[in-house]
Amino acid sequence: MQATSQAFQRNVSAALQNPALQKALKNIKIGFVRKRAAAVAKLPEFELLRDAGCELKNHVLDHLDFYLERFEAKVIESGGQVHWARDAAEANQIVLEICRSVNARLVTKGKSMISEEIGLNEFLEAHGIRPVETDLGEYIIQLRHEHPSHIIAPAVHLNRDQIADAFQAHHAPYGFTERREEPRALLDEARQVLRQQFLRADVGITGANFCVAETGTTVIVTNEGNGDLTQILPRVHIALSSIEKVVPTLEDVSLLLRLLARSATGQELSVYTTFSTGPRRRDDLDGPEQFHVVLLDNSRSGMLGGEFQDMLRCIRCAACLNHCPVYGAIGGHAYGWVYPGPMGSVLTPQLIGIEVAAQLPNASTFCGRCEEVCPVHIPLPKMMRHWREREFARHLTPAAARFGLGLWAFVAQRPKLYRLATNLGAWLLRRLAASKGRIRSLPLAKGWTAWRDLPAPQGRTFQQQWAARRENRL
Amino acid sequence: MSEIREQILATVRRGLQRGPLDEARRAELEVRLAHPPRHLLPARAQGSHSEQVALLIKMAEYALATVDQVARMDDVPAAVAAFLARERLPTAVVMAPDAELAALPWENQPLLRIERRAARDGDKVSVTAAFAGIAETGTLMLRSGPDRPTTLNFLPDIHIVLLPAERIVGSYEDGWDLLRATGEAMPRTVNYITGPSRSGDIEQTMQLGAHGPLRLHIVLAGA
Repeated sequence: MQATSQAFQRNVSAALQNPALQKALKNIKIGFVRKRAAAVAKLPEFELLRDAGCELKNHVLDHLDFYLERFEAKVIESGGQVHWARDAAEANQIVLEICRSVNARLVTKGKSMISEEIGLNEFLEAHGIRPVETDLGEYIIQLRHEHPSHIIAPAVHLNRDQIADAFQAHHAPYGFTERREEPRALLDEARQVLRQQFLRADVGITGANFCVAETGTTVIVTNEGNGDLTQILPRVHIALSSIEKVVPTLEDVSLLLRLLARSATGQELSVYTTFSTGPRRRDDLDGPEQFHVVLLDNSRSGMLGGEFQDMLRCIRCAACLNHCPVYGAIGGHAYGWVYPGPMGSVLTPQLIGIEVAAQLPNASTFCGRCEEVCPVHIPLPKMMRHWREREFARHLTPAAARFGLGLWAFVAQRPKLYRLATNLGAWLLRRLAASKGRIRSLPLAKGWTAWRDLPAPQGRTFQQQWAARRENRL
Repeated sequence: MSEIREQILATVRRGLQRGPLDEARRAELEVRLAHPPRHLLPARAQGSHSEQVALLIKMAEYALATVDQVARMDDVPAAVAAFLARERLPTAVVMAPDAELAALPWENQPLLRIERRAARDGDKVSVTAAFAGIAETGTLMLRSGPDRPTTLNFLPDIHIVLLPAERIVGSYEDGWDLLRATGEAMPRTVNYITGPSRSGDIEQTMQLGAHGPLRLHIVLAGA
């Protein structure tokens, strides 16, 4: 997809002024945050499991070449094929060639963020193959010609009336002419429409939450069962994965499964966890005749050994999005590319370039909630800071911000001047706030006061309080 | 081997600041693969067998499955027929052509019309047998095979699963050990199923029966 991360500030303004989006974003707290907290509270070992998950992923990354080679060998041994892709273009071409080899016209798709990353749907459409998303949320946004706004709840930015509109506009050919708004009715309608696609598809494409080296198995985790119908009904199953998804053994998957659903949706385990090994066996009554795995690098290998290596531990649970106050205020689309929220602010600059995504690592208050809830302890704020340093070093920071930082550094290195300036500033802000204690509008800081009031400084400055404390102690 | 593959592996090794792993390290990793170490297991997955049975029922119901208990395997057909009658569900049933299921006295339930095959569009009720039950999350573990078509787990509206109580284990790891002990190769498909299909994609309100079965009914035999 075309990135709009350069226009982040414009995207943010639009998001904040979008009442439908603001209404939909309120569901996140109920849908995810509280459920995660309840699920974590029910598993006393959760903290220890997080430590183990972090350690396991570090072990994998330290031996990534070994486990990838073993995974490949095991897939081949079980009758499947492995295709390596350096970038999006290569991955798309591989998928297209597989589709062409079986004269595919219709492709069903389970939810895959790798597919979003490589822009597979647009690519297949341009080559005359029709991709149909089957995860309900993905299907809804495909009808609306949108991209996911969340990595596990792609349509979290929408309300039921918008979904009803989309279905009404597209479902008449399937015999649904009446507009329905109840979630139950909408789901039943989608179930019936998509059931026909599942049965007709030539190729089924899924993602992979994990690739197991021990057995050459890909694993998908879903609640709807769409991933399973996608991969067992057509003649060909293609699993799209990225190289860091490999794990050594089924025991290791077991550990990560205990972390994933609880962190993501607050479930004990997702409804369907499916382990796929090779194509259908002799005498099997169903299952795909061909099984392909596409292993995508797309600049992940370049993160090894550097300050962003820890990001490769990510298991895509979305807890960092769900707990981020910035994501909660603006939703996912404002970030302007595939991966939103804190994990996206770290990953996107690596994948599409810091020149395009320079503003994303700044979209954080560094409150630290993302790191607090991350099931594999990824130091997200620290890595956003690394990107800010790179942004500054490469002169991508806007001139006004550079000037401001320079001015602050000049003053901060001169204690007398610093004290004078802060006292003066605090006094001025108090005057501006008058009796209200808050400031509605501030010259030079409209970007702040347009969306919220600035609280006026209360009492004495930190420096004054510090001096007073020292005097008392002496 | 492809040039692209070699290039990706070379970049990985460059990042890790080493060449291919040395023999000693490879040998250690081989041991880890051949004898997979277990990570920390939740205490709840390590109770006695009767505790595991009780936990499986509790967790499966928490995941919105329904559970019937019968004393003996031979009671299963009657329990299936009774469930369908009680819930006013169709009596046409598609069953996995599984030896364990075939051995049960279905002939005593003349009202059931049974076909043994893979699932097709329009099938309402399927009956399959679980390989194992995993107590810690109330999860059923099913494996594919010539006599266990996977479509039966997903296409019909109602999925009824036979679970012999003796095959209830505590943890996912116990389930894998049970599978390894069969000596068979990894099946094409292993399904963990925890409750009926659902979606929260419309305003984060959960609805059952998204694409897979609307109901998951477990018949627990021998508890």
